[in-house]
Amino acid sequence: MENTPRRHFLKTASVVAAPAIISAQTVTNAIKVGLVGAGGRGSGAAYQALKADDYAQLVSVADVSLDQINSSLPRIARQAGEKKVIVADTNKYLGYDAYQKVIDSDIDVVILATPPGFRPNHLRYAVQQKRHIFCEKPMAVDPAGVRHVLETVKMSKENGKSLVAGFNWRYSNYITQLFEQIHGGIIGDIVAYYATYYSSPVKPIPMGTKKPADMSDVEWQTRWWYNFVWTCGGGYVEQCVHSVDKVAWAFKEQAPLSCVANAGRAYPAEGGTNIHDHIEVNYLYPGGARAFIAHRHFVGTHNENADYILGTKGKITIGRSPLPKVEDHQGKILWQFEGTRNDPYQYEHDVLFQSIRKGQPVNNGDRMIHSTALAVMGRLAGDTGIELTWDQIMNSQESTFPNPFDPKGNLPEVPVAVPGLRKFA
Amino acid sequence: MTSLWFLAYLAVDFDGQVKPLLAKHCNECHDRAFYLRHKDSLLKSMQYPAGDERAMPPEGPRVPKSEQDLIAAWIAEGMKWPVEAKAMNDDLELTKAIRAQIVKQGDTPLRPYVEKVPGSNVSFEMLPVRGGKFKMGSMEKPDEAPIHERSVEAFFMSKTEVTWDLYRLFMFAMLSGEKPGEDLVVDAVSRPTKPYTEMSFGMGIDGFPAISMTHHAANKFAQWLSAKTGHFYRLPTEVEWEYACVLGQTKPEDAVFSAQKYAKVASKKPNALGLHDMLGNVMEWTADQYQAEAYTRQEPWVKSKRPYPHTARGGSWQDDARKMRCPARTPSDPSWKQQDPNLPKSIWYHTDALGLGIRLVRPAKLPTAEEMHAFWNNGVAEDN
Repeated sequence: MENTPRRHFLKTASVVAAPAIISAQTVTNAIKVGLVGAGGRGSGAAYQALKADDYAQLVSVADVSLDQINSSLPRIARQAGEKKVIVADTNKYLGYDAYQKVIDSDIDVVILATPPGFRPNHLRYAVQQKRHIFCEKPMAVDPAGVRHVLETVKMSKENGKSLVAGFNWRYSNYITQLFEQIHGGIIGDIVAYYATYYSSPVKPIPMGTKKPADMSDVEWQTRWWYNFVWTCGGGYVEQCVHSVDKVAWAFKEQAPLSCVANAGRAYPAEGGTNIHDHIEVNYLYPGGARAFIAHRHFVGTHNENADYILGTKGKITIGRSPLPKVEDHQGKILWQFEGTRNDPYQYEHDVLFQSIRKGQPVNNGDRMIHSTALAVMGRLAGDTGIELTWDQIMNSQESTFPNPFDPKGNLPEVPVAVPGLRKFA
Repeated sequence: MTSLWFLAYLAVDFDGQVKPLLAKHCNECHDRAFYLRHKDSLLKSMQYPAGDERAMPPEGPRVPKSEQDLIAAWIAEGMKWPVEAKAMNDDLELTKAIRAQIVKQGDTPLRPYVEKVPGSNVSFEMLPVRGGKFKMGSMEKPDEAPIHERSVEAFFMSKTEVTWDLYRLFMFAMLSGEKPGEDLVVDAVSRPTKPYTEMSFGMGIDGFPAISMTHHAANKFAQWLSAKTGHFYRLPTEVEWEYACVLGQTKPEDAVFSAQKYAKVASKKPNALGLHDMLGNVMEWTADQYQAEAYTRQEPWVKSKRPYPHTARGGSWQDDARKMRCPARTPSDPSWKQQDPNLPKSIWYHTDALGLGIRLVRPAKLPTAEEMHAFWNNGVAEDN
């Protein structure tokens, strides 16, 4: 990965884009940005996009909540500058189809940052309409979604636009350099990869909270999206996918043969919650290497977010100290990161906007959907308790998205999956 | 019905008097709903002679007359059950309620003491720092000048930096056995959101200093701890911090700094006052807004007007010798939240301040509720 400091890039970019002396007031080639999903992460991504290019402007926004839009925009404007946020009331779109209106509006770049259950449709439409895309992780939550996105990724490579994914470790300078070392063989061949993502519940439904009578199931579950499989894919697919992504990266996006998992729910399932709150997945790779990924959302227990990579010539520990430790089997340090850690959330937008200015599209499509598929595979192995092969996942008909989709509709009750009882389709 | 002549003289204390009686005689079989339904017959059943099949409790000695009178008074007053009290807001009224509890506990002589956090096994030591005068500042850096005389009133200071063991009680209520509704004052203090990631970043929990909390989080932690213990805790002012560092003749060679990570608290020798890690390990929040030219005005405490910068003191494991000096000051910065990808950014976590922690003080003299409130609520928790 190119590691150009942002200031340097901006200088280059404005030279490419316009005479260097031109001022912001007279420039005509603004890069116009649309935001789909104006929650905390979407607002953060919009701010990072506006910061990535002197002439980026936020011009249209979609969300299911007008309150969310109206609280987000002033925040972005305060951080990025009032002049960069030019969203007329007519460019604020509300509802579950609002993404189409933002993508259809006069924009160059769209940020896709809704709950991930909606992502496959959003991504397909953005590619069809030939927009540059910043797409948050994960890209899908079930096998049907994975296959849909695989098709979309193929289409995206032919439309000449950039597709950057929010797998932020791929844009972190010290992690990128570390993985270059791994691929260069610094610890030999990987024998085993153990990753932990032990953290606290994300946006849980508070105890005793019930769905108000005037809210549909779809609206309620969108409001509490982190607690339902069809909207978020469970903690493993939604959040632990960052660890899954590092495993995929270490194994060079090679498909595993199979996986087995243990999953369950230890905490009460409030308000219809149907995701597991803990899972441990064991992947088998060709050649016999193993990857173990453990995730949980517990309160007040041991928390850890680490990676332990065992190779034939050495081992690596990420996340047990601020910088990774790379050593041989005698404990001799083989490599150390030198320098200052960058801000990966900013850098992924710097790369996107740089690619637009240079006319050289970046496409993270293949690796982003591979990591997503790997996570979906683990989740389903946990849900069902069966040994799943990669082929089974790639051919599975499983779909969790409501069909037909009716925002005002009621949904059949989906209980927390019980391994053995929950069948794989 | 018992005569009620005594009611005028008896203000029933539910928690202190009635609740223990119900626990002793009734709770084994009955609950609050039962008492509310049966009201006066509750008392009657206690008055039947032993052997009567209606007598309550069915076994054991009869309820003494003095205890029956308390129950009668409680019923006459409407069977008040303080758990029903309205939830409190995190506002000045809450601070006043905490202050009232602190006043009830009374003063502590200026001697070392151990504070145990109720409901947990966690304790920490507070050491006395007598009042006096000292020369504050240095000529080494512009923001440390001019050297000038300050006087400081007596206070207690925590022997070590606040550990994760202690701070996690604040992050996770059930670790100190708290149940919602049990202590309305403690309940009302704002608590951190649950972190998405592991906030020690792999550097360790047991016995290690808590890190990466915002100024707001540090203040609310002090308030929560005060509500739990009945002693007024807060962040030190810059003046108090530097005074304790100078008076304790803190030596830079007793400072933890390393390329790798922080160390357990008190891994090095204490200073002359008995305080460990004043320099190094983690820098420590002060109550003050950072102003480079603060010493030209010499306010006892520079109150917050903006989210940034606030002053941290003592340098951290990540710093070098230049920060291992008592007068050195570190201003907080928005980049300390760089890795937080959301907008608004969290008001509780500095995702990039891996060398930032807390040391507590307790002034010997209890201030007014308004001043306590100002210490616990900087008013600038949000970045934007």
